Amino acid sequence: MKISELVCFDAIIPELKSSERDGAISELVAALGKASRLGGASAAEIAKAVIKRENEASTGLGRGVAVPHVKHAKLKDSVVAIGRSSAGIDFVSLDKQPVYSVILLLSPTEDADKHLQAMENIFRHLQRDNFRKFLRQSQTTSQIKDLIKEADENPSL
Amino acid sequence: MNVMAKPVFEIEVKIRNADGLHMRPAMQFVDIASQFASDITVSCNDNAVDGKSIMQMTMLAATHGTALKIKAEGADAEQAIKALRELVEEKMFDEPPLSNKTA
Repeated sequence: MKISELVCFDAIIPELKSSERDGAISELVAALGKASRLGGASAAEIAKAVIKRENEASTGLGRGVAVPHVKHAKLKDSVVAIGRSSAGIDFVSLDKQPVYSVILLLSPTEDADKHLQAMENIFRHLQRDNFRKFLRQSQTTSQIKDLIKEADENPSL
Repeated sequence: MNVMAKPVFEIEVKIRNADGLHMRPAMQFVDIASQFASDITVSCNDNAVDGKSIMQMTMLAATHGTALKIKAEGADAEQAIKALRELVEEKMFDEPPLSNKTA
């Protein structure tokens, strides 16, 4: 699985308008909706499901990144949206620090295994200091796109 | 100086809940592992990760049916292994097994 195949390039938001968790999630879900990646679901119901999941336990695992996610019956395939915030967003992260990069992952309910593989893929990249640093510094959609493509080709990134 | 060898306990467990080791179960695992002073290493296929790191545990991507090797090293290693085995195999992270899952 390649991260460039998971990420929807039309759902990259280089500067999230919202500085709040739920607003940021809604922006990313709306971008996936606009790109017709939500199957038969509405952006509102998916955002609500992601926020509900987020309220159960924060996906802000520290180091400035959060990976909000949910499995939903109406989705057709795993898909990722990426948002960046230069101001930082309070995700109630484990390390209590603000989040600068939000990686939203949506998966169909019936494919639990693909969801796990997508998660593994995302964290494999997020574990790398360079990847996190470059993502945080990217200011345009095309910079983020290039980073994602390069991450597949260059395992040291 | 008298150096005492640390006790080491190792066990293999199977992931039995339908959704596998996704983030929430991984968090439960890390929570329990962190209650012990012992070093906890979890391996699956060729990956060995720190059982107290949520990011690393999520990276195992252990699906239903996957065998995990849990190794504990330290004074409370035996208790740690016991508690972690119970979480994975008996409590199944408080999630349903594959057969009970409705599509």
